Amino acid sequence: MPISEQMWLMLVTCFSAVFTSNILLTYFLGMCPFTSVSREVKTSVGLGLAVIFVMTATTMINWVAYHYVLEYFGLEYFRFILFIIIIAAFVQFVEMVIDRYSPRLYQGLGIFLPLITVNCAILGASLFMVIRDYSFIVTVGYGFGSSVGWTLAILAMAGIRQRLTESRIPAGLQGPGITLIIAGLMALAFIGFTGVL
Amino acid sequence: MVTVFISVLVISSIGGVLALLLVLSEKFIANYGICTVDINAEKQIEVQGGQSLLSCLVEEDIFIPSACGGRGTCGYCKLKVIEGGGLLLPTETPFLSDQEQKDDIRLSCQVKVRNDIFIEIEKELLSVRQYECICSGIEDLTHDIKLFKFGLAGSEEIDFIAGQYVQLLTPVYFKGGEEVYRAYSVASDPLNKGAIELIIRLVPNGICTTYCFEHLSIGDTILMNGPYGEFHLSDTESPMVFIAGGSGMAPIRCILSHMLNTGSKRKAVYYFGANKVSELFMIDEIKQFENDLDDFRFVPVVALPDPAEHWTGLTGLVTEAVESDLENAADYEAYLCGSPGMIEASGKVLAKLGVPEGKIYFDSFA
Repeated sequence: MPISEQMWLMLVTCFSAVFTSNILLTYFLGMCPFTSVSREVKTSVGLGLAVIFVMTATTMINWVAYHYVLEYFGLEYFRFILFIIIIAAFVQFVEMVIDRYSPRLYQGLGIFLPLITVNCAILGASLFMVIRDYSFIVTVGYGFGSSVGWTLAILAMAGIRQRLTESRIPAGLQGPGITLIIAGLMALAFIGFTGVL
Repeated sequence: MVTVFISVLVISSIGGVLALLLVLSEKFIANYGICTVDINAEKQIEVQGGQSLLSCLVEEDIFIPSACGGRGTCGYCKLKVIEGGGLLLPTETPFLSDQEQKDDIRLSCQVKVRNDIFIEIEKELLSVRQYECICSGIEDLTHDIKLFKFGLAGSEEIDFIAGQYVQLLTPVYFKGGEEVYRAYSVASDPLNKGAIELIIRLVPNGICTTYCFEHLSIGDTILMNGPYGEFHLSDTESPMVFIAGGSGMAPIRCILSHMLNTGSKRKAVYYFGANKVSELFMIDEIKQFENDLDDFRFVPVVALPDPAEHWTGLTGLVTEAVESDLENAADYEAYLCGSPGMIEASGKVLAKLGVPEGKIYFDSFA
């Protein structure tokens, strides 16, 4: 496939990962931090940025590891294990580096890194890229788009939840209960994007 | 066979390389060397950099309350970091008020020691320690108040001043619960250093009291830390009036034991209020102090005695009893322990009787 066509495909994949097949609201991956860290817009921004960085970087690394190591040895079925250890090691490493060299970045983003090491959305993005047979360039777009989509969803949720603190919610629905209902409604709204692409 | 061999080899070598990378980076990147923690500009401790401030202090046997074990979810481990704590992290802000943020208060579990650091810990906290206690007895005092007896594990001893309190760490006993600290005054004799007795009143839906009443049983081990608090006898020889209600009995009982131990000759009178006769407790035990102490009078007061209960003592509110029973209290010191409402009402009565405001000491529990 010529490079210009791949670039175009990358843009399309990126857009669809953000809106039409949002990893959180269509596939419901990464629900744990989505429900627990979405109380405030400010913290969700930090978490979202961490997810964008880690997801984009790990899909790229995992693409290389999958196509140049696992395929070479014919060990594709080991991708789950390989992807998860690469993600974990990468996150650890990045945390150490920014903790040491950039206190300001650590303050904004670093403390969220351990939270998302074992996030299924991160692993999910790497697995989807393999299943859908994306090329490297498309993978970059996909990883970036998925994480931006995830961030968009958690930001929207945090905005809604900040307003919810003022409203009266039945006792049994407080906390995660109402959050999941809202997530469902948001998912329905995102279905509206389906026809776009 | 070959496939198995290759797969094991490939996966473990990738894992090995990654692990090696992390070990090396930990050694070269996350190595902060030895750092000094300066406490109250009095004590300096040397610690290995890179760990949290809380774990450094715990290693040095300095007790900082923490219920969540350093995960930044309980907000108990606050202390003042004057210099070297780095930027305030988003994990801390939910637990700190604007004033606390201005005052450089931080959560010590979130502050990492990366360089020399200057902190301030309240003097009181420096003598606080954590104790492992084994429940050795539970006695019903009234329908909603119980006496809990604990023995300290091993040959541990706790040194406290009569009137001080300890914090009890409630373990998680229901799904979705969190460990919490709750403070209770020590009711036992301060000379008995191997034991702690607490008088606890069941608070409806209270996390800790419900635990103590429904889940704690004899033989269970529980964590307490202390002692805390400024509620204790003054160093004077002035006559004293004690006013307490319900579980406010605890520190007064402790103070009376202390007076007995030290052979105090101070004049004292103790008004103990309850709504019904059935809500009075430890009456005989406190009456005994009238014989043992030089000049002590115990006045139980019942607000609404049932005719069937044949109450012969004073009736009415404890404050009314104080007002009618105690004449000219200008040279008295007052020690109050009970609900905020009772303390406020007693304060007014004592002011009317001439007790100066600075001589009214109280331990209020909400």
